[in-house]
Amino acid sequence: MENNAEIIIRLQNVVKSYDGEQILKSINLDIRDKEFITLLGPSGCGKTTTLRIIGGFETPDDGHVYFDGKDVKDVPPYERPVNTVFQKYALFPHLNVYENIAFGPRLRKMDKKELHEKVLKMLEVVNLKGFERRKVTTLSGGQQQRVAIARALINEPRVLLLDEPLGALDLKLRKDMQMELKNIQQRTGITFVYVTHDQEEALSMSDTVVVMDNGEIQQIGSPQDIYNEPENAFVADFIGESNIVDGVMLDDYLVSFSGKKFRCLDNGFEKNEPVDVVVRPEDVDVVSVERGMLTGVVTSVTFKGVHYEIIVDIGGFKWMIQTTDYVENGASIGLYIEPDAIHVMKKSEFSGMFGDYSTFSEEMEHMSDPTFDPDSEDEEEDVSEESEE
Amino acid sequence: MKRKSIFQRMAAAPHIVWMVMFIVAPMLFVLYFAFTDEKGRFTFDNILSLSGYSNVFILSIAFALIATVICLLIGYPLAYFMSKASPRTRKLLMVLIMLPMWCNLLIRTYALMALLDNGGLLNALLAKLGLGKLYIVGSDFGVILGMVYDFLPYMVLPIFTTMTKLDKRYIEAAADLGCNSWQTMTKVIMPLTVSGVISGVTMVFVPSISTFYISQKLGAGKIDLVGDTIERLFKNTSTYNVGAAVSLVMMVLIIISVGIMNKFSDDDGGIIV
Repeated sequence: MENNAEIIIRLQNVVKSYDGEQILKSINLDIRDKEFITLLGPSGCGKTTTLRIIGGFETPDDGHVYFDGKDVKDVPPYERPVNTVFQKYALFPHLNVYENIAFGPRLRKMDKKELHEKVLKMLEVVNLKGFERRKVTTLSGGQQQRVAIARALINEPRVLLLDEPLGALDLKLRKDMQMELKNIQQRTGITFVYVTHDQEEALSMSDTVVVMDNGEIQQIGSPQDIYNEPENAFVADFIGESNIVDGVMLDDYLVSFSGKKFRCLDNGFEKNEPVDVVVRPEDVDVVSVERGMLTGVVTSVTFKGVHYEIIVDIGGFKWMIQTTDYVENGASIGLYIEPDAIHVMKKSEFSGMFGDYSTFSEEMEHMSDPTFDPDSEDEEEDVSEESEE
Repeated sequence: MKRKSIFQRMAAAPHIVWMVMFIVAPMLFVLYFAFTDEKGRFTFDNILSLSGYSNVFILSIAFALIATVICLLIGYPLAYFMSKASPRTRKLLMVLIMLPMWCNLLIRTYALMALLDNGGLLNALLAKLGLGKLYIVGSDFGVILGMVYDFLPYMVLPIFTTMTKLDKRYIEAAADLGCNSWQTMTKVIMPLTVSGVISGVTMVFVPSISTFYISQKLGAGKIDLVGDTIERLFKNTSTYNVGAAVSLVMMVLIIISVGIMNKFSDDDGGIIV
């Protein structure tokens, strides 16, 4: 989108470990001016650590962080042109709303009158007019959130870091705040670096999404790129729902999977190269068995409001299909897949781990498997649930 | 409101009996003696005679205040350092601070005397080095030193507790908004640990103002505080009633100072006294 914009923060080969465990394995990332960039990934993927390194709360073991081309290794947090909205807001309980927001400018000895005007303006920006004298401890989560944003924004940082700022809010309020944050970002023209594990949030707010897992960046791209052209099985599975099947690239624009050949829009692979094939559940048409490119048996039907979510067994592999037409459980149906609904990916370390809808989570599989030992360092257990610092 | 069951009320009974016997009754005795003469007749004479003791009161308050301030000046940075230290160092410091508390106050005071006395260890050392003697025992400084030495842990521990409970994110937020370490200390850490300071100040000030053995031992009898006065007055049956009146005034003083402290502390309050 704004790929010509000036790069204001650059991370180069950033490495970080805690207690011998590698949290970040060589992160390279450019953050551009006025961009809304989101670090997205499951807990333990290193996204918060990356944010804290930018903020100066952690120092990388190796690698460099550049602000405007200058290495900021020895620059403490209070001298960096960034401000942070913390996960649980960290508003100062001994100060009221006004004093919390005025905290930064007061340190810089701003003129009293100017300060007063700015605080009132900030309160207006975050829709909290009239709340100046309230104690922060008496505010609701959403209000505290707004105070935290105002407290950071009043300093006019070049970059605002937001660490799961909507995590503690309920669903409807989250949606409102997403809109509001996006609006604030566009109005102020401040670069936002946003951390979340919520893919929907990432897709709807960001200019650029950085998908992370296992301390590595899996893909950087616009929300559309990430969704339509996932780089590997992890990204395809983490962003939205996907059926991921093993396939072979027979030729440019021709791929085979599930025992059939399909026309597709991908090229540039070796002949007969094994690949992962992604088909989104909403891109499959349900047709009669005769017309179907693939046929299978419906094993479950769930009503989701907008559509039905059905699971179809095709040669032992469970596909998820979203359709607005009702189909009977146990019925044989045909599936029709357009060439542009097929996305071919190179094989990766994540191949074979995702994309089958026998169960939705790995945990569900493990629960009914008496031989499974949750403590063993199984290869399958890559998406571990460690909590992040 | 739910009515308490008979078991709940019985569970509290021993405590109530205890309180009445050992706390309420003695206070009522003090009150009674303060307003009667030797023959048990009601009188204001004891209260009126108190003006003669105003110097003692002023001296006691001054000594207690000085000792409290010194404890705070030493205790606050120490508590901060402890809260920042590695778990090992923290444990070690904790033991060093707690250790003297396991020992009787009187014994500790005697130990300090043995160290500081004119013929004590310190002066023996100074003599060896060819330096002059330090007459600490018997001086104002000696008494205040004793108070600080005896009561410092009561300052450090409550402050340390509030420091460790202080959320690290507030400190990060302060740094994020532009505070250097000193500003973080004065604008965030100090205001957020006030409740600990208030507990500490109360716990040092109250025993300091009522002490008598520290002034007796380390003051070598030259310094007369309220505690000493009360002890002396009570030892003599003829001045029993005046002693009660002095005690009464001191109790009121303590209640007032605790009340003032409570005013400063937030609703969450850390008052243990």
